[in-house]
Amino acid sequence: MDSSAAIEFQHVSYHADQGEAILHDLNLAIQRGETLVLLGRSGSGKTTTLKLINHLLTPTSGEIRVAGRALAEWDVIRLRRMIGYVIQEVGLFPHFTIEKNIGLVPKIENWPQDRIRRRVEELLHLVGLDPQIATRFPRELSGGQRQRVGVARALAADPPILLMDEPFGALDPLTRAQLQREFLALEARLGKTVVFVTHDLNEALLVGTRIALLEAGRLVTLTTREEFLRSREPLAIAYRNAFSPDFSGKRDGV
Amino acid sequence: MNLWQFILENHAEVTQLTLEHIWLVGVSTLLAVAIGMPLGILLTRCPALRRPVLGSANVIQTIPSLALFGFLLPAPWIGARADRLAILALMLYALLPLIRNTYAGIQSVDPSVLEAGRGMGLTNRQLLFQVELPLALGVIIAGIRVATVLSVGLATIAAAVGAGGLGEYIFRGLAMVNNTVILAGALPAAALALLADAGFGWLEKRLRPQDARRTSYASPS
Repeated sequence: MDSSAAIEFQHVSYHADQGEAILHDLNLAIQRGETLVLLGRSGSGKTTTLKLINHLLTPTSGEIRVAGRALAEWDVIRLRRMIGYVIQEVGLFPHFTIEKNIGLVPKIENWPQDRIRRRVEELLHLVGLDPQIATRFPRELSGGQRQRVGVARALAADPPILLMDEPFGALDPLTRAQLQREFLALEARLGKTVVFVTHDLNEALLVGTRIALLEAGRLVTLTTREEFLRSREPLAIAYRNAFSPDFSGKRDGV
Repeated sequence: MNLWQFILENHAEVTQLTLEHIWLVGVSTLLAVAIGMPLGILLTRCPALRRPVLGSANVIQTIPSLALFGFLLPAPWIGARADRLAILALMLYALLPLIRNTYAGIQSVDPSVLEAGRGMGLTNRQLLFQVELPLALGVIIAGIRVATVLSVGLATIAAAVGAGGLGEYIFRGLAMVNNTVILAGALPAAALALLADAGFGWLEKRLRPQDARRTSYASPS
């Protein structure tokens, strides 16, 4: 057991309602301050792994520890409020302004009004948005702007952990590249523990400190970036071939 | 005697019956909202209840209104006063659109919005009152609109059990074979229905968030 782990999976399995196994005996320790990428194809169990961390899903067996405490010891609502959550579809509240979207958790946590306003402004700056847009509604923003707001909202109450489920997957390649770079700069500054789900090897190599390669609900390898590039693991080789520079022109069509 | 003359000469009675009519519709619809909305919410939480509850509400709708008024007549506390009986019957008819629209409105909320809300640590109650209900409100109002317009028409039948309302004129006119008297009841009732329709239509438009379902496809501003 590793005491510096922010999140720890011990023999975790998850079965869907029909009994079909989605995760098999997952063992994984995510270090404080690292960005761990869960890489894998659709159905490999990477999103399931993410949702087990903030208890949107409950493991069938095994134990998950967050900040050293087992999930059973956590009040689920408290746990989720210390974990930022960013999803591909963003999921902004369409009836709230940008300001209310970002300030919702602070408001629920009873922050004073002016502190919320200052925090929203600070966060909009942080994610590269003009604070002027605070009074707009989500439908008035572009996809890239909306995902920036999604990141700002996840950071609102300054959670130590950030879960990101293909956050840039729905964006056009240029916007995606820009947001990836900004995410790197942001992460270097904030030092959050990040668990990042993607099926894109380039993105994984760009943002990840370590890469956990999943396939059919099993952890295949857990390596650093450099190790991944040298790995003899057949699946890692297959990924490298699929994303080799020769074909890079085609990769965004995935 | 033409209609206009009749209404002028009997304006006190016309007003009285119109107010009775509004009372019957208003109280029954409010009761239907008070019962139908929580039931609709319950259905989104317990999918197993969906079939039986929506099924029963559907069955009630198929009972001919005159028959329903008749069925309720022998009920102990209800049958004692005609207006109670009428309100109960109208409320039962209004239930279906309210349950169905509350349920449908909440179901239509973008799942990614709910996932984000749950993931950021909203409690079920916060999710319901801050996200689901506000986003479903337009659809719920649409249900109230349907229920109200339906009730205005149905409430004319209430006169058959002596509950008053504009149906009085219609039944009286039918008995007297006098079209003017029938119209004195039918026209104000039609006007009430149109008014309710327009009013709730306006409200619905104002309250329906333009993109309660999907936020992903709006064009960049």
